[in-house]
Amino acid sequence: MAVNDTLEGTRKITEEAAAQRHGQLMPLLNDFSQELTTLNLGPTHPATHGIFQNILQMDGERIVSGVPTIGYIHRAFEKIAERRPFYQITTLTDRMNYCSSPINNLGWHMTVEKLLGVTVPKRAQYIRVIMMELARITDHLICNSILGVDTGAFTGFLYLFQEREKVYEIYEEVCGARLTTNMGRVGGMERDLSPAAIAKLRAWLKSFPVVMKEFESMFNRNRIFMDRVVNVGPISAEKALNYGFTGPNLRAAGVDYDVRVMNPYSSYEDFEFDIPVGTNGDTYDRFIVRNEEIWQSLRIINQALDNLPEGPYHADAPHYYLPAKPEVYKNMEALIYHFKIVMGEIDAPVGEVYHSVEGGNGELGFYLVSDGGRTPYRLHFRRPCFIYYQAYPEMAVGTTLSDAIVILSSMNVIAGELDA
Amino acid sequence: MNPQESAAAPEVAVAEDPIKVQNARVLSLLHQLFGEDTFTDLEEQYGLLSVTTTRERIHGIIAGLQQDQEIKLNFLTTMCGINYPENEGRELGMIYHLHSLTQNIRLRLKIFFPVADPVVPTLTDLYAAANWMEREAYDFYGVIFTGHPNLIRILNVEDMDYHPMRKQYPLEDGTREDKTDLFFGR
Repeated sequence: MAVNDTLEGTRKITEEAAAQRHGQLMPLLNDFSQELTTLNLGPTHPATHGIFQNILQMDGERIVSGVPTIGYIHRAFEKIAERRPFYQITTLTDRMNYCSSPINNLGWHMTVEKLLGVTVPKRAQYIRVIMMELARITDHLICNSILGVDTGAFTGFLYLFQEREKVYEIYEEVCGARLTTNMGRVGGMERDLSPAAIAKLRAWLKSFPVVMKEFESMFNRNRIFMDRVVNVGPISAEKALNYGFTGPNLRAAGVDYDVRVMNPYSSYEDFEFDIPVGTNGDTYDRFIVRNEEIWQSLRIINQALDNLPEGPYHADAPHYYLPAKPEVYKNMEALIYHFKIVMGEIDAPVGEVYHSVEGGNGELGFYLVSDGGRTPYRLHFRRPCFIYYQAYPEMAVGTTLSDAIVILSSMNVIAGELDA
Repeated sequence: MNPQESAAAPEVAVAEDPIKVQNARVLSLLHQLFGEDTFTDLEEQYGLLSVTTTRERIHGIIAGLQQDQEIKLNFLTTMCGINYPENEGRELGMIYHLHSLTQNIRLRLKIFFPVADPVVPTLTDLYAAANWMEREAYDFYGVIFTGHPNLIRILNVEDMDYHPMRKQYPLEDGTREDKTDLFFGR
């Protein structure tokens, strides 16, 4: 019948088509091992902890090449800084590495003080050291606990975030803010350490080591964790130096470069502490170096707090340091200085200064060119993340996607610092 | 006391100042390696030795310092562009900071060149770190690095058609008249 013929015909046509398609597909299927898959990691992938994109070429599970794209939160800080008086630039700096903003703030103040020739009294220097080390601890806490999350251990993260919260409460006592701290002033701190701040700090110094020990015992020798991180993303010392690595990532590769020791600032030479170094610069080394640095930071904080000198908490530099508010209402000179400072009418010397501090991620440098005007003529931030993130494609190539995430996490790339 | 702080105060800077001695040593080595006429504008602000050279010599100097075994200036700390529109023929500049991690010596090298011909040799063959720093300088100042493997914009969008850190681009709308540079900076 016609229907049968049609069915027959249809079947025939379908079979022919299938054979043809099969014939076309087979070479493709055979070639599948040769074909690379393009994978877009980011810009808003939750495991990248920030907005940056990596276009990966994947051969099955393996990464063949990676092209990072950055600049998603570029805010032109260097340009904006050319229009702002020195004290207004502080708020730009704490939006760079927002995990350790006090280091950025105080590093910037020290740069300006170096330019102006202001000497900060010992007490202010010690308070700064305490704050910067607290910031380093929070920075490393985030990095290491997030590394735990990326390997599948959420508990450590939640546990340590509580401690970070307590440090933020100490920041609140010192400067009133938590994340973008705007801490300190050119010439010292904005206020003395209050009894409440000292009490909170002392309590935290007692409670935190217990938590940190627990965190370490959960991770440091954990078989599952070690399988994920040991020998993942290693980098040799020569390569790390060539890529401009600084900070914990460089020390994990075995180079003991630390700005706090090599160019001591803010009285770091007064304190006894060690620089932990790793051996082969893999993810595990970076993790361990950061953990150990937390302990060294605690050592520094304890020494600074125990030997906190008496005296003023800011320099006697009325041209640069805001007078006390009650003075402004009663005293003519104080009012004049207040007005001049707030309007940015202070006299800055003509000159160029490079100052660097040991940031959470490495050498955070400020290159300031002043032409004597109210704003910098040129301000360049040496952002450690921006420089060492270049090495990421090389470190990720040949690994699997899950390893690449772990490497990225252990490098602690902070998007704000990356893009400035 | 911080050695750099001591150098910052000019009255402390006597002949025995270790920073001064060190800088004199670096300078004599620079002269010995590359010739006395290579360097101009010697400065020592805040204890950091700063010299100006030409773009023809810069690559050779940085390569030579990287190889040099005496002071080992083999860490590229940072580099950045700078723009002085009023300096005729030297409008654009590149500023390099080198560091010797073994002896803790820092050196600042500067080169200046006309904005009409902003071509500078790349350092990517010496330092992998130079790659993005040069892309940044290209992005913001339009400095062309010859030999750079991938000289494209890095922080700004690709289709931007100007180099925003040059001084000819003010931060605020130039047509505004309620704010003058006299009171609100540049």
